[in-house]
Amino acid sequence: MNREAVFTAVLCLLLLVVPVAAHFLGQPFYVTLATRIAILALAATGLNIALGLGGLVSFGHAAFFGIGGYVAGVLAVHAFNGTPLLFDLPGTKSMPLIWLAALLLAGLAALPIGAISLRTSGVYFIMITLAFAQMLFYFAISWPAYGGQDGLPFYVRNDFPSINTLQPLPFFFICLSLLALALLVFQVLRNSRFGAALQAARQNPSRLAAVGIAPFPIRLVAFVISAMITGVAGALFADLNRFVSPAMMSWQMSGELIVLIILGGVGRMAGPVAGAALFVILEFTLGGITERWQLFLGLILLGVVLFARGGVIGLVAGKVRHG
Amino acid sequence: MQTALLIEQLLNGLQFGVMLFLMAAGLTLIFGVMGLINLAHGSLYMVGAFACAAVAAWTGSFWLGLVASLAAAAAAGALVELLVIRRLYDRDHLDQVLATFALILIFSEATRWVFGSFPLYLDIPPLLQGTVPLPGGSQYQLYRLAIIGVGIAVAIGLFLLISRTRLGMRIRAGESDREMIAALGVDIRTLYTVVFALGAGLAGLAGAMIGALQSVQVGMGEPVLILAFVVIVIGGIGSIRGALLGALLVGVVDTMGRALLPWLLTLALEPSEAAATGAALASMLIYIVMALILAVRPQGLFPAGS
Repeated sequence: MNREAVFTAVLCLLLLVVPVAAHFLGQPFYVTLATRIAILALAATGLNIALGLGGLVSFGHAAFFGIGGYVAGVLAVHAFNGTPLLFDLPGTKSMPLIWLAALLLAGLAALPIGAISLRTSGVYFIMITLAFAQMLFYFAISWPAYGGQDGLPFYVRNDFPSINTLQPLPFFFICLSLLALALLVFQVLRNSRFGAALQAARQNPSRLAAVGIAPFPIRLVAFVISAMITGVAGALFADLNRFVSPAMMSWQMSGELIVLIILGGVGRMAGPVAGAALFVILEFTLGGITERWQLFLGLILLGVVLFARGGVIGLVAGKVRHG
Repeated sequence: MQTALLIEQLLNGLQFGVMLFLMAAGLTLIFGVMGLINLAHGSLYMVGAFACAAVAAWTGSFWLGLVASLAAAAAAGALVELLVIRRLYDRDHLDQVLATFALILIFSEATRWVFGSFPLYLDIPPLLQGTVPLPGGSQYQLYRLAIIGVGIAVAIGLFLLISRTRLGMRIRAGESDREMIAALGVDIRTLYTVVFALGAGLAGLAGAMIGALQSVQVGMGEPVLILAFVVIVIGGIGSIRGALLGALLVGVVDTMGRALLPWLLTLALEPSEAAATGAALASMLIYIVMALILAVRPQGLFPAGS
């Protein structure tokens, strides 16, 4: 086992053990904190497929995060009020159905967005994905039916068959299971033929084309898968807060997702998990020490970029063999 | 819709566009010359506005405030370049995005620390407080016209600076081949600091002038920053001419869209529905325009070096 694998194992073990311990010590707040880590890590794992493997710096993944959130919120509100949604389809409070809807809708949105954005590259790609996210952000703000800029609260968390989701610990396990599943998808993708082509598209698109594989469809599929995972994370995030607002689609959120990945280590399986854990813990501890925590968070982030290339995992495990 | 209202909205659009140009010019220069994405450009806009508000409140003179805004933003820009930015030139865009994102957090929180969370207000100087009659009988704020004037003056000044002076020649040379101009004995590091400070100063000037129209508060720079990015991407990154045309396009399309779309939609929809749909569409309009332009011309309208 190399050092990265050891680090990853320790990290996953901690994410499993600490919340359980907190629960039995009567500290449900820490369970919620860990749930937040798991959900953000899930969202960033989605982005990591596009950004880490494919080198596609999407500055608009908050759009898919927000779409997932609104799917959860809108379906829950319709189910709560008993009003039909579209074409007499009812709303639902069932988490698996909501995840499926979030997955499909985020994928459907990512298809045209990716198809247009992938015509560009470099900074243009960063900016056009940002533009699409802003489009949806302003749409959410100015569309009054679902709360507009005030957001959309729903009072009861959605249901999962035979699990009481209102308790912090069971809900945490739901989020953790989905995170584990997404990490597995990431790992399988990376080691598949598709993953090899995707990474080749990042390293040298002309050579990939020369061996007879067009980079565009590969990138588009990666972008859509990436958006789907982030969409599911959005649905969970809405369930965690029992609230969705356009802020989930804001460019700060897109930036935060990128920050999580860089903080942990780009293109590494556990990068988003390490990044999310560090980010949430920093936010929480600095927030407890000083009102000016953002200042110190900024300084720490700056330090990571300037002096710890490769993120936390890079510090622990050494440089990536950029394979 | 009356002509007077149309002209007024058109002027508002121009004023907005000109202000965006001041932001976009710096961004596009910094990207064109140094290859750097600077998310913290909006913070320099905010620094300019706060410097102007503070100095104007202290001395009672808006004009001193304006000078202070230029100086403070340029100084902050130079300092940031020396301490942080120059380590990022040979990094990839991802590191630049993260580092300048961190700078936003630092600038915003530091400003809140110094000035508190309440917005400051800046008065329009007495000289520019009047209005000007427009054809069609309505009145237009003199101050907004002055902003348009300043913007045009800056655009001409930048054009002359870049095409006629030695510094401009070096900036253009730096855009096309940085190794070569370093080999010719130009101090490329100082040149970068100067370009960064110049861009920062323009952003600060924009912040100060807009500060008198809106309130001066933490976070005022970010919405403008995003729009300025839209502008330079539409115009073609690295091109001053593209930034000017892109800025005017975005300013006019955004302002006219907000004024006209709800009204146009009343022709097809119920009034209340038209207002909601119109507002939603209008706020998305420039992003739709940007996506369309990039879908057709992935390098923007005026790619640098063309």
